[in-house]
Amino acid sequence: MRHLRTYVQIAWLWIRAAWQYPASFVLLAVGNGLVTGLDFVGLWIMFAHLRDLAGFALHEVALLYGSASLALALADTAISSVERIGTYIRTGRLDQMMTKPVPLLVQVCADQFSLRRLGRLTQAGVVLAWAGTYVEWTPLRALVAVSMIASGTLVFFGLFVGFSCVQFWTTDATEFANAFTYGGATVTQYPLSIFPREVLVGLTFVVPVAFVNWYPCLYLLGRTDPFGTPDAFRFASPLAALVTVGAALLVWRTGVRHYTSTGS
Amino acid sequence: MTPTAQGPAPHGPAALIEVVDLERTFDVRRRVEGRRRRVRESVVAVRDLSFEVAAGEMVGYIGPNGAGKSTTIKMLTGILVPTGGHVRVGGLDPSRDRVELARRIGVVFGQRSTLWWDLPLRDSFDLLQKMYRIPPQRYRANLDRFVELLDLGDRLDTPVRQLSLGQRMRGDIAAALLHDPEVLYLDEPTIGLDVVSKSRLREFLRALNGERGTTLLLTTHDLQDIEALCDRVIVIDRGTAVYDGSLGGLHARGGSTRTLVVDLVDEAAPIDVPGATVRRIEGPRQWLSFPSDASAAPIVAAVASAYDVADLSIQEPAIEDVIRDLYSRGA
Repeated sequence: MRHLRTYVQIAWLWIRAAWQYPASFVLLAVGNGLVTGLDFVGLWIMFAHLRDLAGFALHEVALLYGSASLALALADTAISSVERIGTYIRTGRLDQMMTKPVPLLVQVCADQFSLRRLGRLTQAGVVLAWAGTYVEWTPLRALVAVSMIASGTLVFFGLFVGFSCVQFWTTDATEFANAFTYGGATVTQYPLSIFPREVLVGLTFVVPVAFVNWYPCLYLLGRTDPFGTPDAFRFASPLAALVTVGAALLVWRTGVRHYTSTGS
Repeated sequence: MTPTAQGPAPHGPAALIEVVDLERTFDVRRRVEGRRRRVRESVVAVRDLSFEVAAGEMVGYIGPNGAGKSTTIKMLTGILVPTGGHVRVGGLDPSRDRVELARRIGVVFGQRSTLWWDLPLRDSFDLLQKMYRIPPQRYRANLDRFVELLDLGDRLDTPVRQLSLGQRMRGDIAAALLHDPEVLYLDEPTIGLDVVSKSRLREFLRALNGERGTTLLLTTHDLQDIEALCDRVIVIDRGTAVYDGSLGGLHARGGSTRTLVVDLVDEAAPIDVPGATVRRIEGPRQWLSFPSDASAAPIVAAVASAYDVADLSIQEPAIEDVIRDLYSRGA
């Protein structure tokens, strides 16, 4: 909790710093919103020609898209510059942070905190709210929806942190990490049933982005899984989040230890 | 020089900084002609390094580029784990207790600022208060004192980007001191500063040490920093200490010479007097060198009695020369 407070305090200073240039601040958020907005427009156009996507109607795909996009935007906002850890190592900024009495991960995540994802956040929220009007809500479904967003955010957070750690061993591996993080995020914007079964297995057990939205959304939509995975998976998102974040923290610690023992 | 000169004393009144047989090697991969894979080799950055620093000392840590200065500082601050030997700072193992140690030390890297570029100086200080959880009263007292000593009063509300280099450096030093660290590591604090800013900074560091007994470990290329601040110098070369002692002792150790500059009335053959040798002749001016520990009086007398002298002056050895001499000999 104490670390969370420090995180917020550091992040707040970065926001205030960004406000020194209000025009650029606003343009960045708006531009980002427009770009991600086009994503969804793309889906829309696709549906103008198709009746459904692997049996999923537009509002159902919108639910998948909105929830994944929201989780991604939240995680991306929270970790801000973890993906640039390689640059931090090269410029010595990481060394500087290591002389401060705040855990390194907290400092790195809060550093350069920006609301550049504000656009994506808003857009994802709007899409999700619209898609939500088609869901027949029950108390349990509401609970699953809330846990879906929280868990999804944590899964992406874990993936970002974990894969960024590659840079402790070899700098300039951002592209490699992006393949898993942003790649995973893109995949979750579609019903996973459009992919072969093997892909779903990979997205469940290796890069567990299927838990970000696919399994819980199946429950929200009252659908059966075309692949026939166990029903328990629909409620397993928090577990997947816990495992992902746990693994990521472990990798992070190993990475920092590698750094302090090699200095490169 | 230090209170516990006989090896490490883990219990009892140990030195604030204890370094015993410290060693640090790096594995580097190098491309070798004719081999397809890069060859791994071990490069020694620091070896057999031992020294102690007592609380309240001001120590200059100098050496040529690549001698191992920053590697040592990184091990003292816990950024790097030593590959051999032992380090203790305030009784803590820096790499293991890094976060705990961070509360007790201050670090300033001369060329890298920790201040928020776009925000007023005060905001950076306020955040540090929160990060270090400095009690509000102490924070305010420290801030007032440092602002006064560093002459930053009218700058507190200026965005850092509008500060001069000297002001920014002073801001960075104040930032490193707000939590009352026991040790302050300064890496090239006066680099790029003008003469006035430099001397102002040195004055401040002296006052800080006098008032609060803050221990200072300073790496620098500017030997005037050392002359103005440090009673003790550690010279490191190729990873190990080649000298540890007073600044005065460095002159003697270096086997350095003083120079007698003689302006004769007319050009003459090289002056021949006992105890001194001619190094250089330029018209009527001649440079004679003699050992630093010898008295200049008999030489001056001998010269004056045998030649028509217009003027005489004595040059003390430059510390730069002494150190350059040490570097070339320490192997």
